[in-house]
Amino acid sequence: MPTHQFDAIIVGAGGAGLMAALYASKGGANVAVVSKLYPTRSHTGAAQGGIGAALGNLEEDKPIWHAYDTVKGGDYLADQNAAMVLAENAIDAVIELEHMGLPFDRTPDGRISQRRFGGHTSNFGEKAVPRACHAADRTGHMILQTLYQQCIKQQVRFFDEFHVVDLIMNDGKTAGVIAVELSTGQLHVFHAKAVMFATGGWGRVWSVTSNAHSLTGDGAAIALRRGIPMQDMEFFQFHPTGIYKMGILITEGVRGEGGVLLNRHGERFMEKYAPNIKDLASRDVVSRAIYLEVREGNGINGKPYVYLDIRPETVNRYFAEAGDSRRIDREYVEKKLPDILDFCRTYLGVDPVKEPMPVQPTAHYAMGGIPTNVNAEVVIDADWTVAPGLYAAGEVACVSVHGANRLGTNSLVDLIVFGRRGGMAIADYVKQADFVPLPDNPTAEIEAELERLRNSKGKTKPYEIRQQMQELMMANVGVFRTEELLQGAVDGLKELRERYRTDLIVEDGGMQFNTDLLEAWELGCMLDLAEVTALSALNRKESRGAHSREDYKQRDDENWMVHTLAYREGSDDDPSYRLDTSKKVDLSLAEEDERFKPKERVY
Amino acid sequence: MQVTFRIRRYNPEVAGKDKPYWQEFTLDDVEPTDRVLELLHRIKWEQDGTLALRRSCAHGVCGSDAMRINGVNRLACKVLMKDVGTKIQVEPILGLPVLKDLIVDMEPFFEHYRSVMPYFVNDDPPPADGRERLQSQEDREKFDDTTKCILCACCTTSCPSFWANGEYVGPAAIVQAHRFIFDTRDQAAKERLDILSAPNGVWRCRTIFNCTPACPREIEVTRALGEVKLAIRKGSPEGVIKV
Repeated sequence: MPTHQFDAIIVGAGGAGLMAALYASKGGANVAVVSKLYPTRSHTGAAQGGIGAALGNLEEDKPIWHAYDTVKGGDYLADQNAAMVLAENAIDAVIELEHMGLPFDRTPDGRISQRRFGGHTSNFGEKAVPRACHAADRTGHMILQTLYQQCIKQQVRFFDEFHVVDLIMNDGKTAGVIAVELSTGQLHVFHAKAVMFATGGWGRVWSVTSNAHSLTGDGAAIALRRGIPMQDMEFFQFHPTGIYKMGILITEGVRGEGGVLLNRHGERFMEKYAPNIKDLASRDVVSRAIYLEVREGNGINGKPYVYLDIRPETVNRYFAEAGDSRRIDREYVEKKLPDILDFCRTYLGVDPVKEPMPVQPTAHYAMGGIPTNVNAEVVIDADWTVAPGLYAAGEVACVSVHGANRLGTNSLVDLIVFGRRGGMAIADYVKQADFVPLPDNPTAEIEAELERLRNSKGKTKPYEIRQQMQELMMANVGVFRTEELLQGAVDGLKELRERYRTDLIVEDGGMQFNTDLLEAWELGCMLDLAEVTALSALNRKESRGAHSREDYKQRDDENWMVHTLAYREGSDDDPSYRLDTSKKVDLSLAEEDERFKPKERVY
Repeated sequence: MQVTFRIRRYNPEVAGKDKPYWQEFTLDDVEPTDRVLELLHRIKWEQDGTLALRRSCAHGVCGSDAMRINGVNRLACKVLMKDVGTKIQVEPILGLPVLKDLIVDMEPFFEHYRSVMPYFVNDDPPPADGRERLQSQEDREKFDDTTKCILCACCTTSCPSFWANGEYVGPAAIVQAHRFIFDTRDQAAKERLDILSAPNGVWRCRTIFNCTPACPREIEVTRALGEVKLAIRKGSPEGVIKV
């Protein structure tokens, strides 16, 4: 068995993983990044619109306003201390990216350009403020490239196309990870003092999603199976504007540049739902509005979609009506949103400067995940007990800065801020920590599981189970939820899990690039996370942020200002989940400032 | 609509399949707007689980699924059935060793990439006010095109010079170098131009132009290579690109 030893292993090579690797490495740690993809394939590269930071390059802005928007956007479930860390560190983080060479768009005076984005306001909700620092509509691409480039410069060690499938713990302490080398099928043991999961989200649990095929929640599922709880899994964001049927993301930056949502009557319906900032309300609010419009028969051609309109004549008409001095033209749209135009032209044959884009909500982002503190250390209970040597950052983690609904641009802020803090914490930790001895035969369990899958000769192909899970989650654990729907999901998922366990067929019995086998293994991860999501949603009897219960329409601050922690119990063949709702939301900003106290959320 | 696929297969682990061969698959109910990637997935998921390919984002930004489709390098997720017709031939990109089916060894490609100093260099202390370095919109524009590169290898593996000589760094690596050579904030242009003036650098480019139409990001690859050549001739990137 090939065994490698490093101070720290970073699992995943997106924004959070690369930032952590860079900082752990600069801090003196011997670190390796292990990823199932080549780093530049990571889904950070698909982020479009921008990274939020109160630079104030175009209009006055302050971190405290960014923190306020984050807390309010999260429907008051975000931990307020963490939201403040996010907003304050965002400025340094973005400046640092520029110093690393990131080619941001520029203002006429040569500064980093900023644009408006959903839920970002000045002066505690007064008006929309340009806070999203961007490079056209490919900001994530630039971040991913820049960080990978810097890792090459820093000579960080990479294990590309090594698929991590297990976490090694010894007596509650982190000892390393196990990965399949894709090109040989061989298992490798990575013995490490510290492990960080930076594996991203699990949008592929739903049928319509903006997420890459590889976003199957591996890191979260592995942690869950090794006894780490999942926090706030009921909160999964549906981005309002995915390309109809395909789910491909159309950035909120479209609306930031003046684009509007229209129903089949040509009505700008967000005026009804968010009279103040309209199309730039938080994503949960806009996604619900689209569903309600469709339900009332206002979808286009009777179908479940609406139009997103960035045609200059439409945008300029609304600018004029609102007394906004901005005007846009075709060249401006081409310059600011080139990839969006390319997607629509390629996949829909629609030219957005001439025709509106058909959009529907698309499963986009996990607010929940592996619970951590603000130093990316994994915490395993309501008392903030740290799991020594274990870290998580980025979408897989739940700090929680996003609460019940993440604000646009804050995912990229999260990656950079908490990736960096985690990297620094790891560098410090490995200086004083010893290697935890590897248990005897650490690969026995995962090897048995992979062999079981490799030799599965039942009747059900993995895609059949995957498709059924995705459709079930879309229908029952989507934008609107009820007891009945959620119970149906829980029951349906149990059934699917049983078929996965007893009737699966994997056709490829080989070792090299056995993607058939690994896709089947990934499906197991998604089934686990889907079940935890449905159970957590069933348990939370209120509506908050992205979790909208039609049978409990109100937010219930008296009983539900708490995070959900879900623990896996029982055997892997027949797991059950215990939910703990004793972890209170941090309200430290509200203690000093009235304006941070939970109140009704209006936009 | 019915579509026939002809796929180049190879599996070194299985006797009888350990030499490259063609295999045909037929798919029914195909829509003209289906992506070739979706159709390959249908083949893999519904008909033959052993088919191996790389993919991730499925909308042309991650660069995983470069392959030769009807003889042209494309990303499978950016080609629709209506673009290529009902008879679709798919094979691995050329010039890199095939490992299994449509998967090639990307290491030589990334080695070339790493050889051109593909990272920002500026050893001056950042501005004293703790803020960003300034750059005019015009200067930013000069290297905008080459910032779009996603390292999919479509250009490099469409280049006859690269096919003939795998030591040639290839267009993708030069595009990546261009992105820094023409960035006014960067200070290592001279080193990169030296690297690229070596025998297996940019002069291996014979302006065949295969790379430009191959780029799924519509980067004007051949033009970028020309600008690098010009900068080498002039001994400096200055004045090469006018905005």
